Amino acid sequence: MEHFFSLLVRSIFVDNMIFAFFLGMCSYLAVSKTVKTSLGLGIAVTFVLLITVPVDYLLQTKVLDANGILGVDLTFLSFILFIAVIAGMVQLVEMFVERFSPSLYAALGIFLPLIAVNCAIMGASLFMQQRILMPAENSQSITSIGDCFAYALGSGIGWTLAIVCLAAIREKMAYSDVPKPLQGLGITFITVGLMAMAFMCFSGLTL
Amino acid sequence: MSLFSKENGAVFTGPLNINNPIAVQVLGICSALAVTSQLKPAIVMGLSVTVITAFANVIISLIRKTIPNRIRIIVQLVVVAALVTIVSNILKAYVYDVSVQLSVYVGLIITNCILMGRLEAFALQNGPWESFLDGVGNGLGYAVILVIVGFVRELLGSGTLLGFTIIPSSALMENGGLYLHNGMMTMPAMALIILACVIWAHRSINDKEK
Repeated sequence: MEHFFSLLVRSIFVDNMIFAFFLGMCSYLAVSKTVKTSLGLGIAVTFVLLITVPVDYLLQTKVLDANGILGVDLTFLSFILFIAVIAGMVQLVEMFVERFSPSLYAALGIFLPLIAVNCAIMGASLFMQQRILMPAENSQSITSIGDCFAYALGSGIGWTLAIVCLAAIREKMAYSDVPKPLQGLGITFITVGLMAMAFMCFSGLTL
Repeated sequence: MSLFSKENGAVFTGPLNINNPIAVQVLGICSALAVTSQLKPAIVMGLSVTVITAFANVIISLIRKTIPNRIRIIVQLVVVAALVTIVSNILKAYVYDVSVQLSVYVGLIITNCILMGRLEAFALQNGPWESFLDGVGNGLGYAVILVIVGFVRELLGSGTLLGFTIIPSSALMENGGLYLHNGMMTMPAMALIILACVIWAHRSINDKEK
């Protein structure tokens, strides 16, 4: 249980998807214009992460691994298999959202199917693959399906936190006087850079 | 249309400057930031993306008339994932230390928006040779930005370039000199700020030309 919370808190603050690894930057920059839609996207990303990371974990340990049911080391197939799982899950989530919450479906628009090519989702699965190999006493190691849920939940919350913060800053920044070539993208990058510096203060955090 | 016509030239050189995938189209930012703390991984990453974009463009362009429209994203992802698997294994075999440094970011080329962007916007409408040029152009445009950011970060952050020492160790503070490495440069946060400066410079130069 202790490891569960340690993994959760570390993946929100220390190993934050955006500020430590720059994953999911494209939609992060494109959607973070208003707080409301960015919160919706953050929740969708968290939801997809919560499904794909545990499924990919089971595939990795039970099927692709040399000790899995096939008995052959098929790790080199992991990229293709992971992206297929992610694309399939995103399709499923899309149908689900369309059926049960048409308003959210309309608000997210094109960015819902684009979660499939969001680096944060693929990145979380690939990091999970690396962390399986870590020794169990390491605070970042993932040894069970429960750890996967903690890691996926933490990464999703961390991503949501980052995008909501940036959206809030950008809403205010619309009123400031920025040099013309720096407007839009440039100043957003500098803002994210400063936020990443602020998040660096968590890096000494041990649990 | 001949192989090296003016239109094809524009397809190739456009993404290098005016239509740069990172600075103008804002695609493929994730890996551009994460692998640039040193010059060598930045160059390897730039070349890998160039190769993968070029060949993915060619393959998709060849089969563009047979792909059903509804499942094209999955087809594109599978083609790209297969190419990335090949490149990742080649990197592991020949430049193992760099592939360890790049860690998950080689796998993340699959979800690199440059690839999907070019496949959707160009390869599905154009022939294989134009698509190849477009892929190489976009890959190199991406690589140029990576190399610039990697150059600044490695030089100021650790005083080396490609592993060779540029700032002599006698000039360092701990050896009685006056120079101190800027440790900030090796941190993730500075990648964002340097990239912002590159975009700033790129935009002000291009705006003047207009």
